[in-house]
Amino acid sequence: MSNLSSSKYRGYEADRSKYPEMKNGKAVIDLDSHKYTKIWQGPQHPGVTGNMSVELIVNGDEIVWAKTHVGYLHRAFEKLMERRKYIQCFPLVCRICVPEPDTNEYCVSAAMEDLAGITVPEKAQWLRTLNLEMSRIGSYLMWLGGQAGSLGMGAIAQWTVGMRDFWLDLFEEMTGGRVYHMYMIPGGVRKDLPDGFKERARDLIIRTRRLLSDVENTFISNALVKSRLQGLGIITPEMVDEFGIVGPNARAAGRGYDIRINNPYVKYDELDVKMITSTVGDAYARAQLRYNDLHQSLDLVSEILDRMPEEGAIQAEMPNLVNWKIPPGQTYVKAESTRGEHGFYMVSDGSEKPRRVFARGASYTHAISVLEKLAVNISISDLAGLMVSLHTCPPEIER
Amino acid sequence: MEQLIKKIKGMVHLRAYGKQRDDLHFVTVDKAQLEMILAHLKNYEGFTHLAFLQAVDLLEEGKFRLIYMLYNYSTNVNLGVNVLIDRDNAEMNSIHKLWAHGWQYQRELHELFGIDFPDSPRVHESFVLEGWEEMPPMRRDFDTLEYSNRTFYQRPGRSTNDPAEYMKEKIYKNYPAAPVIRRDNE
Amino acid sequence: MSNKHIDEIENQMKLANESLPEKECSLFADDRPTTVGAFNKYYEGFLNWARSRSLWMLAFGTGCGATELRPLMTSRYDMSRYGIAPRPTPRQASVFVVGGYASIKTIKRIIRSYEQMQGPKYVIALGSCTINGGMYYDSYNTINRLDYYIPVDVYIAGCMPRPEALIAGFNRLKEKIRAGECEGMNEYVEKFDWYKKNQKQIIKDWNMPDYNW
Repeated sequence: MSNLSSSKYRGYEADRSKYPEMKNGKAVIDLDSHKYTKIWQGPQHPGVTGNMSVELIVNGDEIVWAKTHVGYLHRAFEKLMERRKYIQCFPLVCRICVPEPDTNEYCVSAAMEDLAGITVPEKAQWLRTLNLEMSRIGSYLMWLGGQAGSLGMGAIAQWTVGMRDFWLDLFEEMTGGRVYHMYMIPGGVRKDLPDGFKERARDLIIRTRRLLSDVENTFISNALVKSRLQGLGIITPEMVDEFGIVGPNARAAGRGYDIRINNPYVKYDELDVKMITSTVGDAYARAQLRYNDLHQSLDLVSEILDRMPEEGAIQAEMPNLVNWKIPPGQTYVKAESTRGEHGFYMVSDGSEKPRRVFARGASYTHAISVLEKLAVNISISDLAGLMVSLHTCPPEIER
Repeated sequence: MEQLIKKIKGMVHLRAYGKQRDDLHFVTVDKAQLEMILAHLKNYEGFTHLAFLQAVDLLEEGKFRLIYMLYNYSTNVNLGVNVLIDRDNAEMNSIHKLWAHGWQYQRELHELFGIDFPDSPRVHESFVLEGWEEMPPMRRDFDTLEYSNRTFYQRPGRSTNDPAEYMKEKIYKNYPAAPVIRRDNE
Repeated sequence: MSNKHIDEIENQMKLANESLPEKECSLFADDRPTTVGAFNKYYEGFLNWARSRSLWMLAFGTGCGATELRPLMTSRYDMSRYGIAPRPTPRQASVFVVGGYASIKTIKRIIRSYEQMQGPKYVIALGSCTINGGMYYDSYNTINRLDYYIPVDVYIAGCMPRPEALIAGFNRLKEKIRAGECEGMNEYVEKFDWYKKNQKQIIKDWNMPDYNW
């Protein structure tokens, strides 16, 4: 699919005579023939998303073979959590995905509550929903800056990353932390909202929308962006099942899978979440979809602020968390992050430390299998745009 | 879901079944019948999405437990298929023909747990570790603190405290001691 | 002094590059790095003033600390007003910001990038995890003390440090440069064997040249 589209949109027919021979579905590449060059993109490269690298073989400036190398950020969280008590896991888990740490916190606390059979009070659930949705906004704003920066539009990155900083200020008011919050703990949340938070949040929503209208004019409806992103990295509907693609990448390919709607958690079943899908499946469709999703997140935050109850408990009755023991069992809890299905699989053996924790990051397949497939037959200059449009986040791949 | 469990029971030897939530079920099957049941679930029952494949080290029993977490888009149900395999010379059949991203998890398990997946593509490549010489690090009997002390230079001055002891010493030091109850018959 | 004796001394000054395959040995330099002395007092003072005013930073996000570099680069905190600009390649950079924990696979690339930078060069280490391992002190894949592998000029504590702390750290680095105290590059050369021994202890598959020019 991707070969077809690239030639169609660029207005030229690629010269196939220079391409490597195909044998049994695999390209035969002879590096000694001096027709091909092997180059590395990353880990020390401004065009990669985070600390990862792609090994490329290029013919001219077209990529004929790609291989992803990850593991530069392996900190062995899963091993360390086996050595920590349950409550000591929380400082660790939020560091698994840096732009959006709250999904990790929610999944771990929900997994512990699921195993221990604890019900979270109503108000705490609303606060959790607010926190999760705000973190989605921050992550999307950062992604918008990254996607624009990968096409050489640095000014948009200046706007959106600057705007994300004001959302981080709200987080700081709400939780005390700027990037890592550790806001959700088993049984509820740590703090209620401060005074005047809702007014400031509503004000910030208006400012963000004003910024987004500028971004729409300069980025989404920009002819240059369209010509570079349309037809780039097409994900076909068949690939979704084959590669386990989730999140906006799958929704842009026509698969309506949003965990907030399919398996609603916290308060999403009472909120008006719409399934945003597209059928094109290229990088531009994904950009549009994420842009619309960002608008929906802003809608959801204002809806949550309106409907949140003023009074109520924010913590369930809990045993002493220092020596908390959870009955044996296994569970899998998932939540919709901006990259897709983010889940935690947790096994308890009845002691005060978890037996096994596994973090399933959505980028795990996007950054390795899918990227290696989509990177073939595109130009080197488009690779950065493709990586950002898959929204890969290396720390959640290798953990 | 009950019908599906009945159907699985009719097809394979179902060792255990557990329901965690309405949308999360676990079944345990035999190692030899795993590929068959996964192919059936994928092709006929709509469990087309492989969320992950992971392992749990059951050191006490000398086993590994593998979990194949499947998801059905039409019924919105997660089904975890568990398999127990031996810990010594652990080996498992590859599923890379069913799901194109299966090899990634198998490469990870090979490196971090030492489970071999013959004829899985790129399974012997390094995933996160470079030049690793010890036993696979995610095994339970690998002591990461001991390895860290042996290999990396610890900066002196780090101390750890048991929270209960620490609070007793620091916060409740000047509090009156708890009354000792004497019993006459002792 | 006989010719043979001079040859012996010269051979002692050469790097072995033992881990490289034979046909690649000739591609890399085997000269040991040398120290760079100061010029006369007034000229060196002027140079240090100039160096402190244009710090070009290597944009290599080695860890999660790189997240806070983005607000610092963009409009809200705007580090270009301090004369700091990100550069894409080590050849053009003078400051290496190590953004947090360094896993074994990353420290290999950090060492190569650091050695490729042209002098004078400075290192800022972010976060508790570069100071003493932080919360990853017992992890089998992250180092605990960065100053055993490359010389560090300024540490910024915190997990992760805020952009204001980063600005304070950069300003501290500027003060040190102006006072002529940032001798990390010369220290690396003087204690070269000690650094190499530490590096080779953790990087088990050492398959790169001993020094990258």
